[in-house]
Amino acid sequence: MSVLENVLFIPLFIFAIVFFLWNVFRIIARICLGQAENRFDGLWSRFGSMLAYGFGQLRVVSEKFGWNHFFLFWGFMVLATVNFEFLVAGIFPAFSLHFIGHIPFGILMFLADVMSLVVLACVGIAFARRTFFRPEHIDPTADAYFILSLVASLMIAFFGMNACMIHLGELAPASWMPISSGLSALVGGMGDEAAHSLARIFWWIHALVLLFFLNYLPYSKHLHVLTAIPACFFKAPEIVSTVPQLEFKKGNEFGVSKVVQYKWKDLLDFMACTECGRCQAVCPAHNTQKPLNPKEVIHQGKVNIFVNGDAVRATRPADMLAPAPKTAKMVAPLINGSDESVDVEAIWACTTCGACMQVCPVFIEHAPKIVQMRQHLVMEKAEFPEELIACFENFEQRSNPWGIAPTDRTKWTVDLDVPLLTDGVKAEYLFYVGCAGAFDSRARQVTAAMTKILNAAGVSWGILGNEEKCCGDSLRRLGNEYVFDRMVKENIEAFNKYGIKKIITYCPHCLTTLKNDYKQYGAEFEVIHHTELINSLIKQGKIKTSANGTGKAVMHDSCYLGRYNNIYNEPRDIVKACTGKAPAEMERKGDKSFCCGAGGGRMWMEELIGKRIYLDRTQEALKTKADTIAVACPYCMTMFEDGVKDEKAGDTVKVKDIAEIVADSMK
Amino acid sequence: MHIVVCVKMVPDTTQVSIDPVTNTLVREGVPFITNPYDTNAVEEAVRFKDKYGAYVTAVSMGPPNAESVLRKAISIGCDEGILLSDRAFGGADTLATSTVLGLAIKKINEKRPVDIVLCGKQTIDGDTAQVGPGIARRMDIAQLTLVDEVMSVNQDKKTIKVRRKLEAYHEVIETKLPVMMTVEREINTPRYPTVPGRLDADDINIQVWNNAFLKLDPQTIGLLGSPTQVRRIFAPEREKGEVMMGEGDQKTVAVDTMFTKLKEWDFVVTD
Repeated sequence: MSVLENVLFIPLFIFAIVFFLWNVFRIIARICLGQAENRFDGLWSRFGSMLAYGFGQLRVVSEKFGWNHFFLFWGFMVLATVNFEFLVAGIFPAFSLHFIGHIPFGILMFLADVMSLVVLACVGIAFARRTFFRPEHIDPTADAYFILSLVASLMIAFFGMNACMIHLGELAPASWMPISSGLSALVGGMGDEAAHSLARIFWWIHALVLLFFLNYLPYSKHLHVLTAIPACFFKAPEIVSTVPQLEFKKGNEFGVSKVVQYKWKDLLDFMACTECGRCQAVCPAHNTQKPLNPKEVIHQGKVNIFVNGDAVRATRPADMLAPAPKTAKMVAPLINGSDESVDVEAIWACTTCGACMQVCPVFIEHAPKIVQMRQHLVMEKAEFPEELIACFENFEQRSNPWGIAPTDRTKWTVDLDVPLLTDGVKAEYLFYVGCAGAFDSRARQVTAAMTKILNAAGVSWGILGNEEKCCGDSLRRLGNEYVFDRMVKENIEAFNKYGIKKIITYCPHCLTTLKNDYKQYGAEFEVIHHTELINSLIKQGKIKTSANGTGKAVMHDSCYLGRYNNIYNEPRDIVKACTGKAPAEMERKGDKSFCCGAGGGRMWMEELIGKRIYLDRTQEALKTKADTIAVACPYCMTMFEDGVKDEKAGDTVKVKDIAEIVADSMK
Repeated sequence: MHIVVCVKMVPDTTQVSIDPVTNTLVREGVPFITNPYDTNAVEEAVRFKDKYGAYVTAVSMGPPNAESVLRKAISIGCDEGILLSDRAFGGADTLATSTVLGLAIKKINEKRPVDIVLCGKQTIDGDTAQVGPGIARRMDIAQLTLVDEVMSVNQDKKTIKVRRKLEAYHEVIETKLPVMMTVEREINTPRYPTVPGRLDADDINIQVWNNAFLKLDPQTIGLLGSPTQVRRIFAPEREKGEVMMGEGDQKTVAVDTMFTKLKEWDFVVTD
């Protein structure tokens, strides 16, 4: 390197690094505008997540094409070391990593050489995929092509430079670099001076592209290069997390209408999005032409925090790293504005099924963000689809969604042997019947089946009768946290009054609400789903089923059972015990299961846009030619029954709850 | 503009049953709610506030816990609540109730002239639809019952034009303010309270007016002032319907039979 080049490079380098650090600082400052939340607990498991999902790319490679990214990522990790040497040597030309030892250095150069080719190949594959085999969830953005071109030019310049230097004999570990050595043959006929000039040209291309790339990152979707690993570190412990608990005190704000009302982790999420589109590909709303695209929601959040974050920071230059105050003025609204805001129709289209959160490679928490916007609309503005007004009143006044008299809650028990804890019966388990199980005529058949099973197995159980209240699931997902909060407190009081420690639920929504959501209120009940209990009863031989081998059942995984509570095997084991063979499977199964359309309070709302979600799912189930659709959730039951009717398959296909399948096969 | 809206706390009648032995309402454990018709009156009052900047006072007569329905009214936008509560008011029929409410609204009128008194069409527990008109009589103002649309208000001329929903037709009436109006459920859809609205309503001071304050003749109020006496409450026997179609699943036959019968009974008119 000539002195002139050195003099040119140093100011360029300093400028690029300062500009880069300034951008990094701006990003951190924007994230810090979010509200306080402790995500520094359980540091060891956080390190584990970071290693597994950040560096190990476990979620990325869960999709086949993710391996392409895996190699790109590890190519970059190796090349980062070599590029560090490259940049330092631009300032101090004598600098080399050779001091780490001849062999380690040789290995490093070997890896860099090979990985550069791997990266180049990966870029080629990505380029071809975007151009010729583009899946619907990948947007054909110019940004992506630009980035790919930058990466490709870095690799080409790297090889060009090394080939020339090997030809000149200036690169000591040439024997460790098979590809560059091979390429040096291409410049074999070149004179020394020409080769030297060419090497310098490649060097400068490499240097300029590298410094430009570094500074282009924060302005593109490649911001995730900086944020994805922290996002894996700070991820929520659950696969589908819930909204934070609110305190209902005068002067507080309820829900989110300004982007800075989110927690800082939410803002980090916005910036960690890689725009891979996997959330969009699995979203039941998006797949049925609803105006919700989870990827867009996250992108809108990102643009919004960029626009508003800078405006807030401009008002208080001295206090860059503190959360935004309540008084912070926004220049762009988060809900229903222009490009940088979320459409209100999208907010109401979410079924909170959590499929997006299950597939996101960087653990973005989409659903709670959407629910928090609903909270604002419901609690601050009282603006929501009109069919919900009666539903909310029913929940509040009669503690069930239909507005049926609470005194009718025990009607299903007539003619059945159901112990009432309210009559002074002492029992090990509370069977929390749930609104559907108590009021819905179809679901009542399931609770009757449960009664048969529990009594036959000799389980010590009882119900709360008319003192049972709705768990509040729909209210919470619909953003009516105020009424939810009251219900939680009333329920916990009732549970404690009867000394309840263990709870069985039949509805997965009750399950997740009592088990996971109530934890925020300090509740520590042991809550299990009926499939868990029944499975263990069968295993213990307390229930005898006759596996007669007739019929074919197909299993539908409820979102709130599977993704929310990781229960996949129990219902399948039960079906196997009752029918003699494992249930048939749909294409979208297990953690990739497709929502029935009723979650997130959508059960109580009209579905006017696009294809009905339940129909999509029912058609998928009917394709398996099973004669029974096995479900484990009253909402799924309703949706499939509607779907089977719509498809005029009611004569050949029955929808049955796991408990009914068991009760039918009991001797 | 000043609106007074009357609200009543009633038992949730969907949850009330009748004791077959004593023939009285079983009220035990039955939750109390705002009379559903009154929720429309409150909503209409708040719409006057939204549109004309009216000041809205909610009034209720009832036991001390009836303040909950006033708070609910305040949570969606009423400005203040006055509870008329005294043991002497208890056991009142529609006459005695309208006596107390009429005088109370006159008192309110002295502080701040009242333009419109709004009531629900009727209550779901008494179902008489008499208290609204009774208030109008005692205040000596015009009454517009069964309103299902407020068409216009002229604030300069102090007039109001409304549509009344009668059995087979609508009637449009224009009259001078002040006026007493009872509203149909179709007039609007009550809004849902916001949480800040609820928290404000929780904090607000509800004035309680007793008879020491109103100074009404004890012979005209409460049980003493009520000429109506309930002799008996009972659930009417229901005749069991006849089954017209027997066995068989011929759906079209069933529809035909039903349609012929409906025509016979004049439930459907066909050309």
